[in-house]
Amino acid sequence: MDLFSSYIIHLADNALILGHRNSEWTGHGPILEQDIAISNIALDLIGQARNFYQLAAVRMNEMEPGENITEDDLAYLRDGNEFKNFILVEQPNGDWAKTILRQFYFSSFQLLLYRELLKCQHAELAAICEKSIKETRYHLKWSSEWVIRLGDGTSESHSRMINAQLDLNPFIDELFLPADFDYEMAESGVGILPEILKEEWFRRVNGIFETATLPFVPAQNKVMQILSGKNGVHSEHLGFLLAEMQFLQRAYPGCTW
Amino acid sequence: MEDWKTGSLEVNEKVIMNKEEIIHILSEVKDPEIPVLTISDLGILRAVEYENDIVQIQITPTYSGCPAMEVIQEDIRTELARYGLRHIEIKQVLSPAWTTDWMSEAGKQKLVAFGIAAPAIHTCFLSGEDKPESCPLCHSKNIEMISRFGSTACKALYRCLDCQEPFDYFKCH
Repeated sequence: MDLFSSYIIHLADNALILGHRNSEWTGHGPILEQDIAISNIALDLIGQARNFYQLAAVRMNEMEPGENITEDDLAYLRDGNEFKNFILVEQPNGDWAKTILRQFYFSSFQLLLYRELLKCQHAELAAICEKSIKETRYHLKWSSEWVIRLGDGTSESHSRMINAQLDLNPFIDELFLPADFDYEMAESGVGILPEILKEEWFRRVNGIFETATLPFVPAQNKVMQILSGKNGVHSEHLGFLLAEMQFLQRAYPGCTW
Repeated sequence: MEDWKTGSLEVNEKVIMNKEEIIHILSEVKDPEIPVLTISDLGILRAVEYENDIVQIQITPTYSGCPAMEVIQEDIRTELARYGLRHIEIKQVLSPAWTTDWMSEAGKQKLVAFGIAAPAIHTCFLSGEDKPESCPLCHSKNIEMISRFGSTACKALYRCLDCQEPFDYFKCH
């Protein structure tokens, strides 16, 4: 696979896997309104993923005519080691605090990334980001409000946000570590090196944490940092997620509604 | 939904001559989730070309994952098939991204009459506060937000503190 396709699939996989995780809340949200909220965010993310997969499929079919790859092939027929999403987004939902923190970290990152990609030299990619960034901004607003509400809530909700940080903070570094496709995309003016987003990301996250009366808890678990979702080295959680998400297409190939 | 394929739909005898007539027909296609709005009211019909019996249409989604888009495409095909138009190419375009500013004034009035508060501000002011002007039922300005998300991606949930009714707000986007 060429590096452009890899990069676009990385963007798609992040949106799909987090969208799928969020959709696991559908019917189980803490209250009806928030069940609807997280399901709507899932829908936006899966919509974004579809746009990226379609773009990647066009490129892959140009490179290898006759394959006729579709967005569905990319979502449903790849194995775990072919997925290029961040380890962060595949983490299990845990409690509401962990789900909120995962969304807050990811939306903060996605907003800064899309803002850069809007200026990129690839018109179709820029168009997807122009469309998506409006949705991402809203996800960030919603998740920021929840971080503040839980952090500055009761001692119980505060301690759950600290626990969520203990679970998720080991995966922050990966957001800013470049893979081969990042170098190539930055070189060709399509993408950026993610490390340029790091300072602003921490500034914004710490700003919300301050309002939420939350300290930033430095990552303890260094073992986790040998994982690299962008390079297909995932935590054990992705396999279980794919087993459920891909089941129908694996069991009944080509099945449609 | 599949009527246009089986040919069992009611056929209109009118002969289509030009693109303006097609635009007129398309402007009657409704949003399946907010059936008082047409795709023209929403501002998601971007372009129509008609040449050599082929209709080329560009539409744009309101939200990336809006499930109504596929139904709308089927409805467009069904509606045009009633006039014998069967060579239809529909393309989704993303840029410039749709905003609620594309919604027509007539569309906003229809929304309010339907009980949904219309987008209240131009999206260039979105960094400020985005809330409905008033309750669409009793027009009181004494309202509060229940949730940023409502029954579809494009709506938020509010309640009126005077008439006590909850209502949807088509949020600025």
